[in-house]
Amino acid sequence: MKTFLILGAGTGGTMMANKLVKRLDPKEWKIILVDKDEVHYYQPGFLFLPFGYYKPEAVYKTKKQFVPAGVDFILSDIEMIEPEASQVKLTKNNEVIHYDQLLIATGTDIHPEEIDGMLDGWRKNIFDFYTFDGAMALRDFLKNFNSGRVVLNIKEMPIKCPVAPLEFLFLTDYYFTQRGIRNKVDLLLTTPLTGAFTKPVSSKLLGDVLQKKSIRTEAEFDVMEVDAAANIIRGYDGREFEYDLLISIPTNMGSNVIKRSGMGNELHFIPTNKETLRSEKYENVWVIGDATNLPASKAGSVVHYSAEILIENIMSALEGKPLTARFDGHSTCHIISGFNKSLLIDFSYEVEPLPGMYPFPVVGPFPLLKESWFNYLGKLSFKWIYWNIMLRGIPFPLPPEYSAAGKKQVTL
Amino acid sequence: MPTKNIAGKDVQVNEEGFMTNPAEWTKEIAVELAKEEGIPELTELHWKVIEFCRANAESTGAVPTLRTITTGSGVSTKDVFALFPKGPAKKVAKISGLGKPEGCV
Repeated sequence: MKTFLILGAGTGGTMMANKLVKRLDPKEWKIILVDKDEVHYYQPGFLFLPFGYYKPEAVYKTKKQFVPAGVDFILSDIEMIEPEASQVKLTKNNEVIHYDQLLIATGTDIHPEEIDGMLDGWRKNIFDFYTFDGAMALRDFLKNFNSGRVVLNIKEMPIKCPVAPLEFLFLTDYYFTQRGIRNKVDLLLTTPLTGAFTKPVSSKLLGDVLQKKSIRTEAEFDVMEVDAAANIIRGYDGREFEYDLLISIPTNMGSNVIKRSGMGNELHFIPTNKETLRSEKYENVWVIGDATNLPASKAGSVVHYSAEILIENIMSALEGKPLTARFDGHSTCHIISGFNKSLLIDFSYEVEPLPGMYPFPVVGPFPLLKESWFNYLGKLSFKWIYWNIMLRGIPFPLPPEYSAAGKKQVTL
Repeated sequence: MPTKNIAGKDVQVNEEGFMTNPAEWTKEIAVELAKEEGIPELTELHWKVIEFCRANAESTGAVPTLRTITTGSGVSTKDVFALFPKGPAKKVAKISGLGKPEGCV
């Protein structure tokens, strides 16, 4: 009997467990899935929690209910991955699992301690919304926030869901408008990027949306420290801003077990072939999602599209054939903009987000890089799709490859 | 692709003045590019960062990020900002002849 070991039962690990169980011969393969937590969070929902737009119970379910029959689920932290010996040490009972094939899907976490002084004000008037606890603590704080300056700071790239900071600001604008106190609240984005977003066309168009909503942007701002006693955030270039509420997008890093095992880069992300999704170093190790160092968004859509490629390459490798499926970095992201509207972007390694229609030219129905109610419906229905289709590894009727159809070229 | 004469040598550059072929780079070019970026003199510490970036780019095939520079060069973030003020990763890449750093989405 051979062992296919999956580390991490988040979006990528769960999805792949569901795909592998359908493709691997149960007489030949044993599939084991390991995770340290019992709860599976619908992470896109964290964005809605601080404003009370989602109830907390809408964003979590047990991990076990997504583990298909035929997969052993072990609840344990991972002590060490030893790829040279093809084995993994678990913390639970010091168990050692020898594997024939390994899939790492251990994700990314936020590290507020990377910013000097930030922990002094953490969860007092400095919050994150990338964790369930953070989003809930922020909800309680916002209820009693009636006037002042909200600063949102991005420490450094890459971050999980790079559009989430913009969505958060758009929703903050909407939330305070609904409460009738938008004129008493100053909204400021401080970012190390040269504008609102990473790529030129979308940065310009999303920057326009920020401006329209009276949200100011301080670009190329590299945070040096937070003075929590004085409520000031300081940059290396001498710029500093006072805040009444600081929303932090701290440094994102791969899991500590990747660091312990010496398998990652300086941010503990694993060097991964961006087309085949195999580890750059080990033939029998595969990596998916936020744990990789792929030059793509750390986002569920990337996990979904790349999973379709990964399953084909794993099957090819097991049959001794060359890996022919190629991931093109395809990503699709919703950007909630408040007032029951949302924007959509669709892009790849090679092609930046462009305006147009998605998925079909002219008829769409989803316009790209433009606010629309249709897109908002798409975003809201996505929660159902996530729980019922994506996690269960059921293929979509849309191909995983990026398509230029419906996209318009733009000159800035 | 436009070319530019820097320190007596014709090299290929993009529209923003970033060199596109790292092999054409010389130390004399770095001195000239640094002046254009408002750095009148390259000190030993400047060279330490530049040499790290050149070596890192050669082994990884990518222009190093600020995080890569500060973790790998042994020069602190604060010092890197002091040496190459305002957007150090971009500035070092330019002076080191490595092309413009590509931000990921």
